[in-house]
Amino acid sequence: MPIEWIYGLIGGFIIGTAGAVFLLANGRIMGASGIIGGLVDGTGRGNAAERIAFLAGLIVLPFILVQFWDRSETHVSENWAVLIAAGLLVGIGTRIANGCTSGHGVCGISRLSLRGIVATVFYILAGGLTMVVFRHLLGVI
Amino acid sequence: MRSIFAFVAGGLFGLGLAISGMTDTTKVQGWLDVFGAWDPTLAFVMGGAIIPMAIAWLLTPNRTPLLGGSFPEKSAPKLGRNLVLGSFLFGAGWALAGLCPGPAMASLTFGHMGNIVFVIAMLAGMVVAPKFKSALDTAVPAE
Repeated sequence: MPIEWIYGLIGGFIIGTAGAVFLLANGRIMGASGIIGGLVDGTGRGNAAERIAFLAGLIVLPFILVQFWDRSETHVSENWAVLIAAGLLVGIGTRIANGCTSGHGVCGISRLSLRGIVATVFYILAGGLTMVVFRHLLGVI
Repeated sequence: MRSIFAFVAGGLFGLGLAISGMTDTTKVQGWLDVFGAWDPTLAFVMGGAIIPMAIAWLLTPNRTPLLGGSFPEKSAPKLGRNLVLGSFLFGAGWALAGLCPGPAMASLTFGHMGNIVFVIAMLAGMVVAPKFKSALDTAVPAE
């Protein structure tokens, strides 16, 4: 089994543990787009401190990790047009759908939420189609 | 105390994302690229994450969170247009850049300009999302 799959499994387990801590301690669903979006559009003003603390951990701990183990290569695109279009789609889409990979995917599927499962099917389907069109047909990504 | 646990949860989330390789856009695009060099890593990450999370959900009935309050109710299985259309738009953007909100934040300090550009556009998208949603509701009223 390739080592990256094992890292995937271990990292995934840590992600799930993070979600378990946030649920069992704070009583909240760990959804990245909801935590960020609530701060951006003001709907999460009531518990802003908790959201900011979560995001601080999310940004700071990986920064510390890559000082010791270089996992910092993201292979991110250098095409700003693609990045801006992608960012807008992710920002708008996750807020309209009320969740992303962490909220609908990890937290939704694990409680057998129909909404989470349907959302996951649609974003993976859209992602697969996008790869076909923009990589294989148009060659932009 | 709520903020301390939130920081710990966010920190573990970030570590998990970086260790699993989900901050590497080629792994995400590779998972979605079924007709190219398909990369199954994301399935291992999802599988690994769902196990502790499912156990956590099993512990919630008839209990309350450690820091007070109540556990989130399971939402009514409302599969409206917003869920489908929103997820579709999100999936398209996710594939274009190979980034979703969690990994985008986790890799913000990794020193790549592209990650910063993506996050700024994502935040802008979140700012306009409520307007986009109400325009959509006016144009095509939800059932």
